[in-house]
Amino acid sequence: MQAGKPILYSYFRSSCSWRVRIALALKSIDYEMVTVNLIKDGGQQFSEEFQALNPMKQVPALKIDGITIGQSLAIIEYLEETRPTPRLLPQDPKKRAHVRMISDLIASGIQPLQNLSVLKQVGQEKQLSWAQQVISSGFNALERILQSTAGKYCVGDEVSMADLCLVPQVANADRYKVDLTPYPTISRINKSLLTLEAFQVSHPCRQPDTPPELRA
Amino acid sequence: MKQVPALKIDGITIGQSLAIIEYLEETRPTPRLLPQDPKKRAHVRMISDLIASGIQPLQNLSVLKQVGQEKQLSWAQQVISSGFNALERILQSTAGKYCVGDEVSMADLCLVPQVANADRYKVDLTPYPTISRINKSLLTLEAFQVSHPCRQPDTPPELRA
Repeated sequence: MQAGKPILYSYFRSSCSWRVRIALALKSIDYEMVTVNLIKDGGQQFSEEFQALNPMKQVPALKIDGITIGQSLAIIEYLEETRPTPRLLPQDPKKRAHVRMISDLIASGIQPLQNLSVLKQVGQEKQLSWAQQVISSGFNALERILQSTAGKYCVGDEVSMADLCLVPQVANADRYKVDLTPYPTISRINKSLLTLEAFQVSHPCRQPDTPPELRA
Repeated sequence: MKQVPALKIDGITIGQSLAIIEYLEETRPTPRLLPQDPKKRAHVRMISDLIASGIQPLQNLSVLKQVGQEKQLSWAQQVISSGFNALERILQSTAGKYCVGDEVSMADLCLVPQVANADRYKVDLTPYPTISRINKSLLTLEAFQVSHPCRQPDTPPELRA
């Protein structure tokens, strides 16, 4: 392994960055954080420097073991394969499929449809209703799936990659004032996860780039 | 999710195409769809996710309905071009014969259908020579031909190959 700590490019409020922060905390991986402000200077992710690092012009990106990985789930799966303890994916292939299905439901089916660049396109007037509709639609499906997969957490009783996706998405739901009453399983699991230290230290309200008014 | 694809297999039902593919890979491992090396696997997943999270959902049917008929074409073109700009750059460092090195991987399975969408929305592919080259090579393989939208049981007559 290369000497020198991994470097995470992160924005406090980016739900995708939060997923990776949780994974790094759960696996007790020591790392450096470089914050990228998605709003300031027209968005620091568009700088030439950052583009060279991650052509997607998005956070998170992780520089580790001599490579740079973009896409939060690709990062998490790499961490799982190279630093396997504690597990973030169950051993059983069917349970792994459930974990990945739930993770993808959130990471492909909800979050991209309500991220910053899409909301800009939608226009300020329609942003709130668009975000609410996208999140509710996804949560309707997720609540149903969880009926058959959930134990203490999304899949059974161990924290998995699915849980790393859930908590940041619920935070987005809160941010866009989505009523969570129709989703009791999502709410219960979210509440349990937030008591865990890894979910707290990685929280948007406790990051180096958290603005004073949002700081815990 | 009220979406396709869904696969009923081994007593379970899996939604989400990449979750399905990873399950197939873990239970029917030959031939490989993910390389052995973790760093190459990371590249395969990164490219797959770039397409499956970063491009496709933003131009799928339900989003285009929301955007409205007038704006659909320009929205789809913009989303695909933006994603392909990033993908073309990433491929400079990962691609060999295919998206990652010289073996077909999950990333290639994501690439071809997305290029077909790009064609459908009349995206100019000239800025993406690597994407075009890889797409062309992949389309010569039987698996990519038998699975093509123009050869399915539900392909309408006017689109049938």
